[in-house]
Amino acid sequence: MNDLYNNAIGHWVVVAVASAVLLFVVLTATAYTVWFERVALGRIQRRPGPNRVGPFGLLQLAADGVKLAFKESFVPEKTDKVIYVVAPTIAVAAAFLAWAVIPIGLWYNVQYWIADLNIGVLLIFAVSSLNVYAIVLGGYASNNKYSLLGGLRAAAQLISYEMALGLSLVPTFMIVGSLRLRDIVEYTVHWGPYTGPIPLIILTPIGFVIYLMAAVAETNRAPFDLPEVIGGFLTEYSGLKFVMYYLAEYVNMITVSALATLIFFGGWHLWIVPPVIAFLLKVILFLFLYIWLRGTFPRLRYDMLMRLGWKVLLPLAIVNVIVTGIVLVAVQG
Amino acid sequence: MTEKNQDGADPTPLRLPGEGVPAKPEGPKSSLMADVGALAGGLRTTLHEFFQPTVTTEYPEEKTPRSERYRGRHYLRRYDNGLERCIGCELCAAACPVGCILVIAAENTEEKRVSPGERYAKTYEINMLRCIFCGYCEEACPVQAIVLGPEYELSDTSREKFIYTKEKLLEPLPPDVEARLKAKQ
Repeated sequence: MNDLYNNAIGHWVVVAVASAVLLFVVLTATAYTVWFERVALGRIQRRPGPNRVGPFGLLQLAADGVKLAFKESFVPEKTDKVIYVVAPTIAVAAAFLAWAVIPIGLWYNVQYWIADLNIGVLLIFAVSSLNVYAIVLGGYASNNKYSLLGGLRAAAQLISYEMALGLSLVPTFMIVGSLRLRDIVEYTVHWGPYTGPIPLIILTPIGFVIYLMAAVAETNRAPFDLPEVIGGFLTEYSGLKFVMYYLAEYVNMITVSALATLIFFGGWHLWIVPPVIAFLLKVILFLFLYIWLRGTFPRLRYDMLMRLGWKVLLPLAIVNVIVTGIVLVAVQG
Repeated sequence: MTEKNQDGADPTPLRLPGEGVPAKPEGPKSSLMADVGALAGGLRTTLHEFFQPTVTTEYPEEKTPRSERYRGRHYLRRYDNGLERCIGCELCAAACPVGCILVIAAENTEEKRVSPGERYAKTYEINMLRCIFCGYCEEACPVQAIVLGPEYELSDTSREKFIYTKEKLLEPLPPDVEARLKAKQ
């Protein structure tokens, strides 16, 4: 395997196959995330959720997908045609690109990744920022005041929370000393008799709280889903273009969950549980948290959202970085 | 341009000009711990609900009980001796607010007696797409010939199928009468 990977052509073959597998796995996971969300939200409201198409409604997404795919590909009269069509593709591309650097532990010594970058987390942030373009351009190109306002709000929100999101992870990098996601997962501590990986949330609990809030805002999910008022930038989108935005939203949700698992919950390490099951379990729990929040909290007003982002999360994140630095210097000398 | 209320006076303004936003009512002092506790309380409530049984009636398999007096599709009734109750008086058609009932009457004769009265309904049609299930036909009928039954699942695949003819509306013959007629043949 290593020989094949180091060979120039073999490397690209491996990458192409890995990308194809990833695309399939993430798309399937997205479909079942939507199913999971609808069922879990239903249960919270004492409804069964979708249960008609296939066993337990598991084929609901196939039915919805076929319905949306066969809708007329409608482009409103006075839109900026090119940008209108390109914007949703940016959203999907940005959502999938992040998965290039996310490693998944398959078995005890086997891990899967497409690119093992030493700046993995930075790449994820860089790519997920592209989502802002998809939203702003989609809102602008729709030539509709609600779309434009929704897009602008979403963009302002994303930019505000991106900083808190980035800074919330800095203490983790300072402790681990690497931005490579695999290094973060494999971070080993020697505490007395115990030597092994630990969930880093123990060392950076405040970072996790900030990350959690910023991540929910970053993916435009309830209770931070302001741009969705009147449909927001989605107002003029239907059919497959709508599917792309929808898909991007859920892929982002899984990305953020996977990232939280890798950075704060020790990735695929969980006692003696097989790594791939441990990883899935943690991601699913995080996704459930997302849905649970959506089922519980009312939407924030726009000024509350901005106040929370700029006046609470950002200063807290900065203080967290400084304090972690001081503690690190004190401990390590 | 201000709207006048019923007495012709100006409506009382909610806020006088220059009054500004009223001060928030004094509530209990909020603290970080109280706020986090409130959020946690909300999460606990929804999690509790998550594990409760669902309350949905899963319709085609499960049905909620209907009232005894539910007004569903119509039936044309018969007497116990098998004769039709309807005497073709058209009072139901006259009472119908949407005009969905068509009755064409014909005379009863000694050889062919369909109802005990002078006349009977040769044609009796109800357009179920027009019917509003008000039950006025039932009230108007002097011989209780037309009644609204409990059946409400009336969907079908074409408009034509919604014109219920007399054959479809009429109750089947009582079993003893049917046996007698068979024996006669």
